[in-house]
Amino acid sequence: MIDQTIARRISQLTRYIRDISGKVWNQDPQRSVNAIVLKVLIVLLPLLAFFTKLTRYIRDIGVKAWNEDPQRGVTAIVLAVLIVLPPLAFLMGQTFWLDVATRLVILSIAAVSLNLVLGYGGMISFGHAAFIGIGAYAVGIPSYHALYGGFESAASHNGFWHFALAIAVSAVFALITGAISLRTRGVHFIMITMAFGQMAFFAVLSLETYGGDDGLTIDTRSELPLISLDDPLQLYGFCLAMLFLALFMVHRIVNSRFGMVLQSARQNEERTCALGFNAYIYKLTAYVISGALCGVAGALLGNFTTFISPEMMDWTRSGELMFMVILGGAAHLFGPLIGTAVFLLLEEVLSRFTVHWHLPFGIMLVLAVLFMRGGLSGALSRWLDRGVGKS
Amino acid sequence: MNAAAAQANAQASAQAFLSIRGLKKSFGGVTATDNVWLDVRAGEVHAVIGPNGAGKTTLMSQLSGLLPPDAGQIVFKGQDITHQPAYRRAHIGIARSFQITSVFMEMSVIDNVALAIQARRGHSFRFWTPARTVETLRQPAMAKLVTVGLDDRANRKACDLSHGERRQLEVAMALGSDPEMLLLDEPMAGMSSDEAARMVSILKSLSGMTMLLVEHDMDAVFALASRISVLVYGRVIATGKPEDIRKNPAVMRAYLGEAL
Repeated sequence: MIDQTIARRISQLTRYIRDISGKVWNQDPQRSVNAIVLKVLIVLLPLLAFFTKLTRYIRDIGVKAWNEDPQRGVTAIVLAVLIVLPPLAFLMGQTFWLDVATRLVILSIAAVSLNLVLGYGGMISFGHAAFIGIGAYAVGIPSYHALYGGFESAASHNGFWHFALAIAVSAVFALITGAISLRTRGVHFIMITMAFGQMAFFAVLSLETYGGDDGLTIDTRSELPLISLDDPLQLYGFCLAMLFLALFMVHRIVNSRFGMVLQSARQNEERTCALGFNAYIYKLTAYVISGALCGVAGALLGNFTTFISPEMMDWTRSGELMFMVILGGAAHLFGPLIGTAVFLLLEEVLSRFTVHWHLPFGIMLVLAVLFMRGGLSGALSRWLDRGVGKS
Repeated sequence: MNAAAAQANAQASAQAFLSIRGLKKSFGGVTATDNVWLDVRAGEVHAVIGPNGAGKTTLMSQLSGLLPPDAGQIVFKGQDITHQPAYRRAHIGIARSFQITSVFMEMSVIDNVALAIQARRGHSFRFWTPARTVETLRQPAMAKLVTVGLDDRANRKACDLSHGERRQLEVAMALGSDPEMLLLDEPMAGMSSDEAARMVSILKSLSGMTMLLVEHDMDAVFALASRISVLVYGRVIATGKPEDIRKNPAVMRAYLGEAL
């Protein structure tokens, strides 16, 4: 009501100023410039105030819904945006945005898996890209053999086989490397996980049959009943379903009895052991779950790009995954999603202006780490909390 | 120590609840515990006192399994536990509180205690049910909070508690695993006299619980302990009833005139 009156006042005022300035212009251009400045001041400032008021108003409505059930509120918003927007863009002919969204969803799964160990478990893994690579090659290698013969025991186009293979091999790789890495702490853990990641990278690089560093083209995507991954919309839907499954799984795990032990080990491992938990086994289990989940992301990525190369498991890729988790907010359920979204959008936008788009991104990350506890999702929830405090 | 004395020690420790036999630990050139012999009887509150750097916390860490001893033996209820890892000692009934408050700061008070209870309920490889809805963990956790008088703080985050309250939470967590023996490492550290008095009454209310208590606050020690051992430079120089320890000349020398 008040806002409406203000709006009416503003329109009256602008008309009035226009009429005056029209008269003045004819008589004295110099004075008319002054009038324009005045107009800008009179119009813009209230508009700015109005805009601020409007955003706060929207926030307060959101907060009300939020108070009733915050978890459901966020989930509903994220669900709605991801389900509605990209397919809508696709149907309107903007195929590019569906591509971006698919990449976003797939990388989010990887980031969500990393968040389980990095955010909730306090294990800073710098080698998670290896799992993406393993997952992708678990699709690429069987398809290759199904098409060109050889290696009969693995050759298949069957999607269930591809995903089972991606999960199993990733889990075994996580079990072996985790069992060794988790004997170390802090910087040593970071370095050793990175070393294992690079080992996987060079191992794949040396596989001449599958293209070596030239990579491997996946000629046929994973075959699943009922849906076809060749259709961009169905592929997107499948990836989205996987993301929701991953989020739901991680949500249940971190709040379960297992999750409580995992989170306590992050905060004070010595104390966790003194209480009677073998923290090592719990952390290793989390690492294996995370690796397997990241392998699924890799299998999806292979199906999406249909071209895989060792480059996708390079250590810089692991670094990017860490960026996404930390920028978005470690140990927040939706943090990795927000981080991945910001990362991809910045990449799209900034890379149009400069090839050195990593630079502003790096500065942003530094600022986020310095000034935003809990990353973007932490900042967001604090901003929303201020609204809660008001109402 | 000669052989006869060692044998006498071994005989005495046969009936002991927890028996520490010739425990040694050194860090580089510094000997933190130097051939410590000590017996804790069932149901007693055994206090270990001594000047700073006497090796009290090192002794505690060896007992709870966080530090491996260089030599010696730890026997709990007739079972040699010298080489058992910390988490397994918790399972056979030894619980520890820490000198430096080490509760889980980002968790709520009741979550902290529920976790301690969870530790004794078999394994925790349960990935699906939300832990905060498990009544068999929440109800006993609340009961422990009532014992230490923190029930009105149950849903606060541990980092929002005062120092004294965190120490109370520390004790509630140690109690959470329903232990047969409590290792208390300076439970009154850094407390005001009011808070310390409160802690003394909490510990007194646990009568019948076997406790090994390391403490600097002499009022608390003499209020609680049934026997006292004095540790100086990693060695036990005297063990006895509080009134005997008060009169012991060697102990008085070690404390250099500090009133006991």
